[in-house]
Amino acid sequence: MMNDYATDPILLKPRNPVGILGYGAYVPRYRLPATEVARLWKGGDGEGLPIKEKAVPGFDEDTITMSIEASRNALKRAAIDPKDIRAVWIGSESHPYAVKPSSTIVGEAIGCSPHIQAGDWEFACKAGTEAMVAAIGFVGSGMAKYALAIGMDTAQGRPGDALEYTAAAGGAAFILSPAEEAVATINATFSYVTDTPDFWRRPQQNYPEHGQRFTGDPAYFKHITEAGKHMMQAMNTTAADYKYAVFHQPNTKFPQRVAGLLGFSKEQYKTGLLSPVIGNTYAGAAIIGLTAILDEAEPGDRILLVSFGSGAGSDAMDITVTDRILERRDKALKTQDYIARRTEIDYATYTRMRGTLTMR
Amino acid sequence: MEVPRHWRLKKQRYALVGEVCPHCSSKIFPPRDVCPYCGGEAKTQFSFSGRGQVYSFTQMTNVPTGYEQSAPYTMALVQLEEGPVVTAQLTDLGEQHVEIGMPVEMVTRKIRTDMDDRGIIIYGYKFRPVMQA
Ligand SMILES: [Zn+2]
Repeated sequence: MMNDYATDPILLKPRNPVGILGYGAYVPRYRLPATEVARLWKGGDGEGLPIKEKAVPGFDEDTITMSIEASRNALKRAAIDPKDIRAVWIGSESHPYAVKPSSTIVGEAIGCSPHIQAGDWEFACKAGTEAMVAAIGFVGSGMAKYALAIGMDTAQGRPGDALEYTAAAGGAAFILSPAEEAVATINATFSYVTDTPDFWRRPQQNYPEHGQRFTGDPAYFKHITEAGKHMMQAMNTTAADYKYAVFHQPNTKFPQRVAGLLGFSKEQYKTGLLSPVIGNTYAGAAIIGLTAILDEAEPGDRILLVSFGSGAGSDAMDITVTDRILERRDKALKTQDYIARRTEIDYATYTRMRGTLTMR
Repeated sequence: MEVPRHWRLKKQRYALVGEVCPHCSSKIFPPRDVCPYCGGEAKTQFSFSGRGQVYSFTQMTNVPTGYEQSAPYTMALVQLEEGPVVTAQLTDLGEQHVEIGMPVEMVTRKIRTDMDDRGIIIYGYKFRPVMQA
């Protein structure tokens, strides 16, 4: 029997209301067109490609350097002493070290350390929202004034695999704060998690495996619609109450279809749908859509975000933009500034940048 | 380079943290605890803005061990807006042409890794063409 989500107190709400004090995005400069991947592996067949192009990190970039820049953007908007941040939590499936936290290096670079909680979170593409929900609890309980949550990835697909077209680099950082200081209030979150083997990577393996068509209906669509539907039911809202909606975006079609299933129109999802031009940024994918929305939204606008991570689970967030957005959002580079900074590369340059050429 | 030395240098490397002289207000980078301008003791930490301009530059094609992956690259003398000149690699140039006086901004990037894939990754400052309007 289905739970009655309307009466069951399932929503996650901290004791003290929490919001986003500052946010920042990062997308690296280089773009690999999907037609380049098709040229190499499909004899140039460019039919039905999943995206236009994906963002590729330079050879000197990784999840740590990208997290540092996104966090610096979040700090510029937050305009606080970094020492007041009491947690640095990074969600990623591409931490540069197997053992040694990315978060210690990011914390040091932005001037938060040493009195911080620091940790790296893993949950495929929802590791970023997992870190955000934890940060909401950390701030909302009163333990910390501010907490920094990041979702960032430099995703890789096996050469020639379907994932190689879309596996991209980018993400976003959020400083969570008491709601009365925030540019956007997080009204509630709600998560839906099951054991679903749609996508995985074992230790020492360079590339992930995926359950082919199994990744669609029982994984992506099931989890996002469950989380999104029940969030709206429990909040007593419908799609019409939200100005914007943003979903995990592994390609162009999945988020468009899931938006339709939940009752959202193109007008509501287009601002946050970045995968056609930057690819799937994994732990960064849903939340960099959110930064693009915050760059444009007006006070009072309501946003529904639903992430998805393979394995599998979704975190839904119900967010309301406040007046403070107007004075803060121009203090750092916007998501579209990074998207506009674009240098197209070919497959050979891509191979070199990804460090897959053996030098000795 | 040994691990302890990287560890001591991390603050200045990651975030351009130098010093300001309490006597003559000069900004000092790299930190040296003595003001090179007035000779006074200068131990007050100062975070540089990271903005500056290219003072001089050269293209590196023959590169030191550990930097082969990124060759060829451009090394520059960057004059920070607070005064000091630092030597650093330019990055994210794309097709952009480098010239003297070009405005640049600091980013923290991977500099190199020790011992192939087994050693620590060294992060530090580089400069890119300015993005912020
Ligand atoms: Zn002096």
